Amino acid sequence: MKNLQAELKESIIEQLNLEDMEPGDIKNDEALFGDGLGLDSIDALELIVLLEKDYGIKLTDPAQSREIFKSVNSMAEFIEANRTK
Amino acid sequence: MKPKIYINSISSITAQSRDKEESPVSYYKSIFPAISPNYKDYIKPMTLRRMSKAIKMGISAAKMALQEAEIENPDAIITGTGEGCKQDTEKFLENLIDQDEQLVTPTSFIQSTHNTVGGQIALNLGCKNYNLTYTQNSASLESALFDTYLQFLETSGKKSVLVGGVDELSEKITGFRNLDGQLKTGKIHNLDLFKEASAGTITSEGAHFFILSTEKSGNCYAEFKDISIKNSIEPEQINAEVENFLHKNNLGIDAIDAIVLGKNGDNRYDYYYSILQDSLFKNTLQLGYKHLVGDYDTASGFAVYLACKILKSGSISSVMKLNTLRPGKIKNILIYNQYLGSDHSLILLSAV
Repeated sequence: MKNLQAELKESIIEQLNLEDMEPGDIKNDEALFGDGLGLDSIDALELIVLLEKDYGIKLTDPAQSREIFKSVNSMAEFIEANRTK
Repeated sequence: MKPKIYINSISSITAQSRDKEESPVSYYKSIFPAISPNYKDYIKPMTLRRMSKAIKMGISAAKMALQEAEIENPDAIITGTGEGCKQDTEKFLENLIDQDEQLVTPTSFIQSTHNTVGGQIALNLGCKNYNLTYTQNSASLESALFDTYLQFLETSGKKSVLVGGVDELSEKITGFRNLDGQLKTGKIHNLDLFKEASAGTITSEGAHFFILSTEKSGNCYAEFKDISIKNSIEPEQINAEVENFLHKNNLGIDAIDAIVLGKNGDNRYDYYYSILQDSLFKNTLQLGYKHLVGDYDTASGFAVYLACKILKSGSISSVMKLNTLRPGKIKNILIYNQYLGSDHSLILLSAV
C-alpha cells in the first residue's frame, strides 16, 4: 500500500504537470480537489484515464469518482480492491 | 459614418527583448523560440501548468494590453492564429498513436483546437462577450483586425476590442515548413537575413495583442485607419493595389512617411516588396522586421506593434531601416505583408 501511494503521487505529478511539486508535498490524506491540492474537472478526467491505463480499472459510475479521488489514500484503497493489472 | 478607431494599448512577445531594440538578439539558426516573460505574473500557477506556449504567450500578451489600457473586460476578444495550438495537437496525435487509439488523455485534445487561446483568455478574464478566432494562414491577424474594424463600423455598442495574433513553434509541424522548402538551409544569422539571396526564410513564434477603441485614451498610440486583405495579387498589380488602397483613404504616396515591409529574405517571393521599394516608395523610409522576429503566420503583429511605437514616440530603431532616408515627423505608416506570394495585406496607421 505504501509503495502504491508513492507510485500514485509520482503519477499524479507527471500526468497533471504539477511542475513545482515533489511526491513529498502531497499528503496521503490531503484533499486532491477543492481546498487541498486544488485539482479541477479536467484533472478528474486525467485521473479516470490514469486508473484505466495503469491499473485496468474502468469507472462506470461517475458518481463513484467523488469518493475515489478524495485523497491519495482513497485512490490507493480503491485500486488495491479493484485492479486488474 | 465611419468611426475613428484608436489603438490604445499594445503588447508583444517575440524572440526579441522588448526593451533592447537597439541591440537585437542574434540567432544562428532558421528556427528560434520567443523569449518568455515571467508567465506567473499573468497566469495562476495551477492553470499555467497545463498550458502550451501559445496559450501562455496569448494570455500574457492579452493581459499586458489590457493592463496598459486599464481595462478589465473588453467588449470583444478577437484572435488570429495561422496554425493554432500545434504543441497540443502533436501531443494528442502522439498519444493517439502510442495508446493505439485507446485511453487518450483529455487535456491536449481539449487544448488542441485553434480557438483555445481566445477561449482561455475569456476564461481567464471571465469575459462572456463576443469571441472569435480567425485562421487564415498569414492573414490571420489581419482577418481579426478586419473583423474588429467591422465590429466598430456596424455596432455602436462596442467600445473596446482586444484583438491580437498568436502562433507557436512545435517540433513536427514547424518541421514541415523545412520539408516544404520554406526555411533556409544551413547556417544563417538572423540579422543578415536580407543579405541572403536564397530561397526560404527563418521562423519563430510570438503573440501580439492590442486594445482598439472608438474612444481615444490618454495613452493612445495611433489611429487605425484601414485594412485590406487579398489572397492573391499578380506582381505587376501590386503598385496599383497600393495606390487604390491609399486613394480610398484620400491619401497619395507622398503622404506615407514610412512603409513597414514583411520582407523575409526568400528570394522567390521578396520581389513583391522590391517592386514597391524601387518604384512607389523609392523616396519613402522603408523598414523591415522579420530579420528580428522571424516569419510566422501572425508575425505582422510585430509590424503593427513597431508602427504604433514609432507613431507615438517618433523614434525608429536603426536595425529596422532598409534605406537611409530621414523623414520629418512620421504621420502615416503603411504596413504591407505577404507570404509565399499569397495573403497580401495592407494596414494603414496614423499618428494621433
